[in-house]
Amino acid sequence: MSDKKKLVIGVIGADVHAVGIQILAHAFEAAGFEVTNLGVMVSQEEYIDAAVETAADAIMVSSLYGHGELDCRGLREKCKEAGLTDILLYVGGNIVVGKQPFDEVEVRFKKMGFDRVFGPGTPPEDTIKALKEDFNL
Amino acid sequence: MKPILLIDFGSTNTKVTAVDLDEEMILGTAASYTTVETDINEGLTSALELLEGRTGKLDFEARYACSSAAGGLRMLGSGLVPELTAKAAKEAALGAGAKVLKIYSYELTEDDLEEIKEISPDIFLLTGGTDGGNKDTIIANAVKLASLPCDFPILVAGNRAAARACEKILKESGKEAFVCENVMPRLGELNIVPVQKKIREIFLERIIKAKGLDKAGELIEGIMMPTPAAVLNAMELLSKGTNKGEPGIGDLIGIDVGGATTDIYSMAEGAPERNNTVIKGIPEPFAKRTVEGDIGMRYSAAGIAQAAGTSAIENLSGLDGDRVWELLDYISSETSAMPTDDDLKSLDFALASLAVKIGTGRHAGISEKVYTPLGEAFMQQGKDLTTVNKIIVTGGSLIHNDKVKEIASQALYSFDEVDSLRPLEAEILVDKKYILSAMGLLGQYEPDIALRIMRKELVSYGTCKQEIK
Repeated sequence: MSDKKKLVIGVIGADVHAVGIQILAHAFEAAGFEVTNLGVMVSQEEYIDAAVETAADAIMVSSLYGHGELDCRGLREKCKEAGLTDILLYVGGNIVVGKQPFDEVEVRFKKMGFDRVFGPGTPPEDTIKALKEDFNL
Repeated sequence: MKPILLIDFGSTNTKVTAVDLDEEMILGTAASYTTVETDINEGLTSALELLEGRTGKLDFEARYACSSAAGGLRMLGSGLVPELTAKAAKEAALGAGAKVLKIYSYELTEDDLEEIKEISPDIFLLTGGTDGGNKDTIIANAVKLASLPCDFPILVAGNRAAARACEKILKESGKEAFVCENVMPRLGELNIVPVQKKIREIFLERIIKAKGLDKAGELIEGIMMPTPAAVLNAMELLSKGTNKGEPGIGDLIGIDVGGATTDIYSMAEGAPERNNTVIKGIPEPFAKRTVEGDIGMRYSAAGIAQAAGTSAIENLSGLDGDRVWELLDYISSETSAMPTDDDLKSLDFALASLAVKIGTGRHAGISEKVYTPLGEAFMQQGKDLTTVNKIIVTGGSLIHNDKVKEIASQALYSFDEVDSLRPLEAEILVDKKYILSAMGLLGQYEPDIALRIMRKELVSYGTCKQEIK
């Protein structure tokens, strides 16, 4: 088996933005990660089930339709409940409604248990760099 | 004339079907009690006598058999996540023709182990983890199974990084263990054919002997497969056609309502027919079989009342509630009761209709409408069968029923279950001579002939259509 780091990615909630997640999947794979792409309209339970079955190292949540804050609540707690005690949680995209200062948004999502929070228009390279830092690669 | 004998050792009846390969026709069929407790050949011999009484003495060139006698192929299994590897394990076992008693998920508990010991299945299917994924659970479960004082074979079809470790643990404790490709090598990828092949090998090499069915060996070439696997073969052949160019009839649904269970088959990809549909859950196999253990005409009649409600039975049968319960009590204990009087006929009509409705409802996929900020979308789980336009009816309780067309029409789309993706319109084809399992067996050797016989022998009852109001 390869010892590549394993990522579970997907677009959370009732969000049907299907293109960006494909681009992310390709970018993460090209950067040497093993990617399980759950596609769009992914529920919290689906991320967790997939992470359990694949023994994933990180869950990467995308959201583009502004409702990310509601959709993401409780994900960290459910991960703990499912035994995913030290999994990395990332979130990125247009994760809140309207234009809000990003540093405030970041604080709120970190309080929710996310390890990294990315704002609108983040290039995949930044996320990959962060992953490599967090995994000490 | 080139006669072939096809035998189905059932739990109660041994059915024989004689086929002439030259004329491509059914020479005759007959049935007699299965005698697995004494000598399985007794029932076979008396069925053969009945058959030859009708056809005259036949000099068979070959004899092939399938079996669901002595409890069928009883299987247990385990996976990791219920909706993922545990579900894949279930699909694999059902498609192999097994009677799936239970599929466990996550780590087995003390209570689970007690239950497994109690049930003592014919085969245990141990799965869990995608390739390179979770190893801990499947290994922990192997250790637990190894501790059981049982000798059933264990088939390991989980994370390939853990498979050999599991095999070692099991073999060291004296268990018979086999390793096979993972049922779910990657998340969302179903890989059930290798495990089904292995299940069949174990069935042939070990289970037949363990059940005393090998005594039939002197007379016949051997028991080739469990009966549901033969029926599944027949349906797949009928749907897809042969690779020599004999055409099939396309996508279809198969219905078999028995005394204890209701089996539903579908031969269809089941891809969404609607735009804006997002598919959820694991992929579905083209040849899918589901078994409803709580839905049946006799042993499981009470299960129908529980699932559909007594009022549904009252409405369909025209009987009042007290009479319904009285009759349900009666048939649940008198399981071989035939519908001789009018009340029982009415009840049987209601039970069969509801069995078809519940069975196909659980088999077919569902599509839920979701309103997203970007407009309406649909979330589909399971197969979309709305455009499937053939329904095959088999099984003793349905094929001789006068109202078989009405009963089968319950498999269609229904306005009280709008999310259920059942066919909108379908031709009802009835297996009048009850030959599907025989044709599934024959199809292993002579697929073109088996297919042509099926096309000839299935009786069309016309098309049923769900009127869109």
